[in-house]
Amino acid sequence: METRADAGVLAPEFLRVTGRRKELADTWTLELEPRAEFPFRPGQFNMVYVFGFGEVAISISGDPAAPGKLVHTVRAVGKLTTALCASKAGAQLGIRGPFGTSWPVDEAAGGDVVLVAGGLGLAPLRPAVYRILAEREKFGRVTLLYGARSPETVLYRAELRRWARAGIDVRVTVDAADARWRGNVGVVTRLIDQAAVTAGATAAFVCGPEIMMRFAVSSLTQRGIPTDRISVSMERNMKCAVGFCGHCQYGPEFICRDGPVFPFRRIEHLFRIREL
Amino acid sequence: MKSIDDLLTEQPLFSDLDPEHRRLVAGCGRLRRFEAGAWILKEGAAADMFYSIRKGQVALGIHVPERGDVVIETVGEGGVLGWSWLFPPYKVQFDARAVTAAATIEFDGACLRRKCDADPVLGYALMKRFASVMAARLQATRVQFLDVYGNAR
Repeated sequence: METRADAGVLAPEFLRVTGRRKELADTWTLELEPRAEFPFRPGQFNMVYVFGFGEVAISISGDPAAPGKLVHTVRAVGKLTTALCASKAGAQLGIRGPFGTSWPVDEAAGGDVVLVAGGLGLAPLRPAVYRILAEREKFGRVTLLYGARSPETVLYRAELRRWARAGIDVRVTVDAADARWRGNVGVVTRLIDQAAVTAGATAAFVCGPEIMMRFAVSSLTQRGIPTDRISVSMERNMKCAVGFCGHCQYGPEFICRDGPVFPFRRIEHLFRIREL
Repeated sequence: MKSIDDLLTEQPLFSDLDPEHRRLVAGCGRLRRFEAGAWILKEGAAADMFYSIRKGQVALGIHVPERGDVVIETVGEGGVLGWSWLFPPYKVQFDARAVTAAATIEFDGACLRRKCDADPVLGYALMKRFASVMAARLQATRVQFLDVYGNAR
């Protein structure tokens, strides 16, 4: 089946920004309106071109059941992403995609699911949450464990509450807080110890900074979840997005083409190699 | 109503203790509830007690001049609060305050120290458990120091 990405892998489609919402001090969610439906699978990414600045890989953070709207949540960390975050309604961006592998949501049906997110790593997991909620009855216990730096950097705060009401065990922790914060304080891996995460038919999706994923995987395997049931989303410097240029090569894998979502078992031998 | 001994079988720190040792530990414990906002431990006070959290959440923190009360970690159901009772000078190192109403088992540290001194097998079993708690907290603290969300995605 030909996908949108196959149709023009290197030529961007020009889309207009239709909405822009401030999520955090440095993080914005942009909505774009594709000319035709833009189907994607949870965990996939687009290459987003900002005229005059360049192109950057951004995960899709919208609802896969709403392909008429393309949603990206972006943190302003450099000139390109700062310009991207500043794109107001009406601004035109170049879009290539969707690219890459996806969270194995369908394969997880029938069992429990634990999603572990750190920082902006919640954005690539949000489509998986939407997908699970759309067919909540197909899954057993669903647990979302989310760690952020501070209470001010908790992403999608209102949605987290909605997801909790919709049947997901949502637990949030922050690394540091003052006494006004009523929630958990501590690293996200501590939530794995507290939540009812059990082995058996449990699938785990982990997304966040690599060091956080390393500790999270370690905690999950201590709970008896095998590494082929743990998926992680990797991030490297993606340029072509189709495995031509090699910028995102990770050992024998290309993150853009073979990832970004991998079964941990497939890449665990690469995980501790420094400078890779 | 469940006895302290029964309740200890539900607490991860004590659930797999030898039954005789568990009874000895239970003999130093009593049920104690704290309202939300109540202080449980205050930095610098005598470390006479420690707590096993049955329900609720407790914030461990410290007062930092010009920053106010900073929460370092929260401890929830099944967690243990306080290990200063194990080591001289038996002084509490951090503040602990109930974030929500908390149901705990409060242990008399001096009572338990005496029992551990009299029964080194019990002492070793408890020390291993507290060492495991300390190691987990140390590892978590190290990860917190990394500030992994600072500039990452």
